Formats: sequence, C-alpha cells, structure tokens
Amino acid sequence: MKVRLKVWRQKNEQSEGGFQTYDTPELNPNMSFLEMLDVINEELTEKGEEPIAFDHDCREGICGTCSLTINGKPHGPHRGVATCQTYMRSFHDGETITVEPFRANPFPVIRDLIVNRAAFDKIIQAGGFISVRTGSAPDANNLPVSKEVAELAMDAAACIGCGACVAACKNASAMLFVAAKSSQLNLLPQGKPEKDSRVLALVKTMDEAGFGNCTNQYECSAVCPKLISEDFIARFNRDYIAAGFRSKFSSASSVSAGS
Amino acid sequence: MNLDAKTPSGPLAQKWDRHLIESKLVSPNNRRKFEIIVVGAGLAGASAAASLGELGYKVKCFVFHDSPRRAHSIAAQGGINAAKNYQNDGDSVYRLFHDTIKGGDFRSREANVYRLAQVSANIIDQCVAQGVPFAREYGGLLANRSFGGAQVSRTFYARGQTGQQLLLGAYSALSRQIGLGNVTMFNQREMLDLVLVDGHAKGIVVRDLVNGEISSHSADAVILATGGYGNVFNLSTYARGSNATAIWRAHRRGAVFGNPCFTQIHPTCIPVSGDYQSKLTLMSESLRNDGRIWVPKKVGDKRAPGDIPEDERDYYLERMYPSYGNLAPRDISSRAAKRVCDEGRGVGASGLGVYLDFSDSINRLGLDTIRERYNNLFDIYKEITDENAYEVPMRIFPAVHYTMGGLWVDYNLMSNIPGLFVLGEANYSDHGANRLGASALMQGLADGYFVIPYTIGNYLTTALGKRPPADHPEFRKAEDEVNGRVKRLLDNKGKRTVQSFHKELGKIMWDYCGMARNEDGLKKAIELIPQLRAEYWENVNVPGSGEELNQSLERAGRVADFLELGELMCRDALDRKESCGGHFREEHQTGDGEALRNDDDFGFVSCWEFKGENEPPVMHREPLVYEEIKMAVRNYK
Repeated sequence: MKVRLKVWRQKNEQSEGGFQTYDTPELNPNMSFLEMLDVINEELTEKGEEPIAFDHDCREGICGTCSLTINGKPHGPHRGVATCQTYMRSFHDGETITVEPFRANPFPVIRDLIVNRAAFDKIIQAGGFISVRTGSAPDANNLPVSKEVAELAMDAAACIGCGACVAACKNASAMLFVAAKSSQLNLLPQGKPEKDSRVLALVKTMDEAGFGNCTNQYECSAVCPKLISEDFIARFNRDYIAAGFRSKFSSASSVSAGS
Repeated sequence: MNLDAKTPSGPLAQKWDRHLIESKLVSPNNRRKFEIIVVGAGLAGASAAASLGELGYKVKCFVFHDSPRRAHSIAAQGGINAAKNYQNDGDSVYRLFHDTIKGGDFRSREANVYRLAQVSANIIDQCVAQGVPFAREYGGLLANRSFGGAQVSRTFYARGQTGQQLLLGAYSALSRQIGLGNVTMFNQREMLDLVLVDGHAKGIVVRDLVNGEISSHSADAVILATGGYGNVFNLSTYARGSNATAIWRAHRRGAVFGNPCFTQIHPTCIPVSGDYQSKLTLMSESLRNDGRIWVPKKVGDKRAPGDIPEDERDYYLERMYPSYGNLAPRDISSRAAKRVCDEGRGVGASGLGVYLDFSDSINRLGLDTIRERYNNLFDIYKEITDENAYEVPMRIFPAVHYTMGGLWVDYNLMSNIPGLFVLGEANYSDHGANRLGASALMQGLADGYFVIPYTIGNYLTTALGKRPPADHPEFRKAEDEVNGRVKRLLDNKGKRTVQSFHKELGKIMWDYCGMARNEDGLKKAIELIPQLRAEYWENVNVPGSGEELNQSLERAGRVADFLELGELMCRDALDRKESCGGHFREEHQTGDGEALRNDDDFGFVSCWEFKGENEPPVMHREPLVYEEIKMAVRNYK
C-alpha cells in the first residue's frame, strides 16, 4: 500500500508552520504509523532534506510521549489505542492522511509535530502526590484497601499523561488528566488527609497554566488511549465543591498542598 | 587499579546494619551546602532525587525526555519482588537473596544482593504510602503472584502496569520536591560528558535538546541512573530513546565497566515482521503460566498450526525441562527457542518464531478464564499482528530486554571515580549473569530510596567546600570537546543515515554476541565493528544544525557511542571462556547443551578500563568471594 501524507512542519515555537505533502513508497500494512514516518524520514535524509520531527519513545503505548493528531483525531482512528500502536492496515491504500501536532494553547509546538507539555508537570508538582517522606511509611498491610476501591484507583491511575484529552477538547481543558490523578489519590485512604488541599491546588495550577474549563462534552474520554472514564470528572467536581466549602468555613485550611 | 568493593566485614546478615552504623552522616545544616546532580529519572533516578531532596540536599535532575514521567521503567509489566512473606509460604530475606544469586548464575556480589533483599520490604511500604494502587485481595490486603526462578509467591503487581505505577509514585515524590524547591528539574537535557576535577566527578556537560545550547553544571557529586544499553542491538524491547551515552562518556573518563557482555534476552516477544521494524514488544512472562510452547517436529513444516496433529508437535520446553516446563528461566527458554529455530523448525514467515499455544488451557479452564487473566496482552498481540490468539497460537521469539552489566560500583554504589555514583540498570551490581523477573524494579527503587541516601554521605563528608564553579577550566575543556564532536557529526555530510549504521551494528551484535556466542564469531565482530565505526565517522549523514531541535543529531551521538560499546561487549564475551546466565559460549556446554560454568577461572567480575579511542581496553578482575553460599550448578530440570 501507499499513502499521501499532509504533515505539519514548523521550524520552532516562534516561526509559523504549514502543511507539506509527502508520498510514501510502498508500505507493509503491518508496519506501525511511526515506522511509516521512520521510512519517510530515511528517504528525506537520503535526499538531503530535514526529517519530520515527532515525539515517541517506548512504542508500546505506555510512556505517553507520542502525540500525533491523525486525520483530526488525537492518536488516530482507534479507540483506546495510542499513536505508536496504530498500524498502517487501519488506512486505505491511496488515502491522504493529515498529521498534526496536539493542538492546545498550553502545549506550544516546539518543532513540527512535537509540543511542550511541561504544563502537566507543573500541575502534578502543585498537588499530584501524597506527602510521604522516604522511610516513613508504615507496613504496607497496615492499611487495608477494599478490592473495589483499589481497582477503581487503578482505573484512574492508568493515565499515561499524553495530553490527548486536552488536544481533543475545544476548550483545551485538562479536566480528565487532573481528575484521573486526583481521583486515584483521593479514593485511597492514604490520600485522604490531603484531599481538599490537593484538589484546590490542582485546579488553581491548571487554571494558571491556561487550560480551559470543562463543559462536559467528553471528547477527552473518547480519545483517551487508556479509556479513562469521564466519571472521574464528576468525582473530581464533587471533591472540588466540598473542598471549596470546607476551605471557606474552616479556619485551619490551606490551598497549598505538600508543605 | 584498585577496585575495592568496600564490602563491610562481619556475617552477611549484619553487613548492612553495620555499614549504616559506620557510615558518615552529613548534618542537616551542611546538607544544603551540597549540590548533587542526578542524571535520569526512571525508578532509580527519580527515587534518588526525591529522597535526597527531602533530606535537604540541593538536587539538580537532568533527563532527555520532556518529562521525568516518561523514563522506560514505565514499560515494566509484571511486578516487583519483595520478601514480605505475606503469603506465609516460607519466604524470607535469605530466600529472596538466594534465589537472586542463583538466578544470576553466581556472578553477582553476595553482600549487595543480600542488602537488596533486606530493603525490598521497605519498598512496598513506601510505594503503598505514595498511593501506588497495587493489586489487592478481597480482604483488602496486598495480592501476590508467582514469577520465574522462585518457588514462593512474592511478586507485587499493579495489573500489567507495575513499572508505570511505581514510576508514577517516584515521579510524584520527585514532583513534590520540585514544587518545594528542593530539586531543580532540567527536562530535555542530554548529558554529553562527565567532568572530573582533580580526579573527582564534579559535574556534567549537557545539550539542551530544544535549542541546542551546550552548558556546564557543577556539583559535589554526580549520580548516573540512566538505564541499560540493550539498544546497542538496535532491535530490543527498550524505548527508542534508551541509550548508553551517559555511562559511556563516564567510562571514557575513567569509570570502569563491569561485565559488559551480560545481556538478557527475553523469551516471549512478538517476532520481527519486516525490515522497517523499529521495536520489539514484550509479551509478559506470566503468559507462560497457561500457554504451551511448541514447534513442529518436522523441519520446514509449513502447515498452519491447526493442521499439525498433536503427535507431530514438539513441546520442547516440557520435553527438555520436565520439572519447570514452560516456566523455565528466561535465559534457558530463550536458548531453547533459538536451538529449534536453528534446526529449521521455527514458525512464521521468517522461520524465527515458536508457538505459544493457549488451546489446552482454553479447553481446560474455559475461554472466559483465559480472557480474564490475559485480556490486555491478547489485545496488544492482536493490535500488533492482526491475529486472534484465542483462535491461533501466538508466535513469539526472544528479544534483547535488559543488560545486567554496567558501570562498576562498590558497596556504596560509587564507581571507581570518587564522587560518581551509579544506580539501577546502569550499574552492574545485583543481577550477575541473568536477572530474574520482577527484580529490576526492586533494584532501581532499592538503590534510589534506601541505599544512596545513606551511602552518599561517606563521600560527601570528605568533599565539603570542594565544589568547583561551572566555569572551571575543566568544564571549558569538556564543553569544547562536546562542541567539537557535535560539529564533526554535523559537518560530515556523508551518504548514509544514522539508522542504517545502527541497523548494521545491531545485526553484527545479534549474530555474533547474541543468544549464543563463539570464538570465531566474536573475533569476527571485533574486526567488523571498528571498520563500521571508521565508516561511520567518514560517511554518516546528519542533517540540520546544532542550534535547534535535531533528532538526527541526538541519535547520531548515541549510535557513535554504541559503536564503541558494542566492541567492548564482544571483547568481554570473547574473554569469558565459560557459559553463565545470559552469556552462552557454544564451546562451553554440557553434553545436553546446557551452560557450563567455570568458577575456578571465571568466578570474577570483569572490569574494563578505557585506554583511548582505538586502543584495546584493559581488563581488571574483582574476584567474587562467596562467604555465605556455595556456587552450585543451576539446575531447573
């Protein structure tokens, strides 16, 4: 099979970008989408042109580095599958495929298809943790956690931090990302002491980083490669409202977690 | 060269406690006067950076990824071992220690492995407190599963994503310290050199991967936690970005490399499907609990698996290792697969594959049970191969997965360069010649959370006030060398791509220094690799400039280092005239094809010293002294 690619090329964050068209050589349908880009990059290099910059690392759907918008959809055609595990047999022979970076204001393009997702790290640094010093933990079985709660926390914890949820949202909201991290920790007994300060700090940092508001359309869940449920957003909203009330009426509260 | 392991004296079980008492402490007031550089933020790096930040040291952490959450520790599937004995099945620190030493085919350092087993239980406590959602039983307590090479159930897990959850736990602890200002994080910075001042490691030179800027950073000590070097083979289960540059640059500056030829080839990976292949994907070892491995008895049998009758199938692991069967350890299973494929009985288009067949288990337990146990793995398999493993057997083949070798360290995890510490897969210390499943996560976190915070004081107390400024002449010199190397790569404008060289190197390594090695092959590789390296520097084509994000340039520097490291691996493999663990020399096998170890002549760690480009390296020996246990033949029959 062969395909035609319309690829976003952009020199750096400051410069303007645009689409360029590339025709692929004969491809094996069993090659991954990223391997197809490897093939094109080898050709470009041999021709003396600059290869297409794209983010990738583990190529097994777990590191969250790959970040392509394929035919308008973050991570491409398949539900619950990251770009790196998308294979060429998912496309038609002769198809024109549009390849863009994840588009969102808090994720500036730094080259071609690569964006800067440091805003996600900032959010976690503000409250995406349980404050526990190394060496200070009690025996792991001192605190039983019911299987149901542990499984639900694991569903939330499966987030790979890729940012597809933000790219898919018309408001560039990070709610699914934040709700997943917060729900994982708030559900578990070890995370409860900092529950309120955590959600308040997460929302504050998310807003400051320029992410938009959630209007409950759930494009985020639809493109999530780990199928994180939008139910966590509802859970997060509940936690946020409760934390807001408690912080208003309690004198001892603080919005800064982890100090 | 004096390679003093600094192993504490006294009985094995008391060495670590004694060492803790005898170790020097840095007072809280003085800790903030020390700056520590941590390179890498996988399990070892993130846990070290977070723990040292908590203690009050000023930590600077560097990663080439766009976030510390992306390190390849994240891809570990199966689990993490710990001697908790929650199952009441007779586990103990001693048993975990013994299994790990035996699994490593008696080529690791006794005292280090014992300490690893001792601190293993603390790791689970720490991770649970951080909110790692380990699997639980219905009563709310932690669940365990079994793994290869052990007769107890001591592996803790979080579905098939244990590495991810442990890494995110360490990342959250690190993030907290970054938020508090105790750790400064430098993302997208690649370490390109180590800087020594008066023989001590005092800083690094890095390249900013976004704008190309080369800069120097000084510190009182440098910790490398940069992972393994299996990508020397090009095709592996490693992430594409995993590389050896940090440890190789340190090696060139004098850090001794321990056991470079010890490589783990994992038996259950999805076979290569074509020349374009960039990556091999692991199918968890847990599948071997219910899958039966077989190939046709007849050479060249091209019938579909369903058309091959039962009596024409060879369930070779069950035949050769009746007591462990399909759960034989990784090195043994991989070699057996290679053997049947070499005989021409391999399956699939390439002939490099064996069947992993679930039909008996499905008949016995029902489709639903198998689906419940392995659903996500079968999905991954379907995604990659477009085949339904519930209906046709999986095809699997061994692939490079881990490197047990790495920079030599003493009991404090310090290399032979004072002030340079090496943690996790980047060091050589704990796994000997073969690593058991679920032990890599254990070692990474042990080193970072529970070893380095205590042992680094022994060096720092000798180094107060000795941190040079980052414009010290040694830094300028190193920066000039880095700039020169970058320029040389960019100005070369040859005819071949970086990838074409990496592929060629990978093939040489796989053919001659892979699952089975022999003298002729290794000698040939030692001839071929320098030729390829010479061609690389004459004919490689790196497009673009150095002042921008340039992935070809990043790759070019890493492959240049692989081209040197590959040769060292072959030299080490040639020198080690015995078979042990993942190192199988065809000349040294028993009558029935098992590894034949030679403890009298090779019961040592080979420690290689760099002597200059295109100069043969020099090997030193650290004898392996076993005080507590006796080296024995590893028998899994």
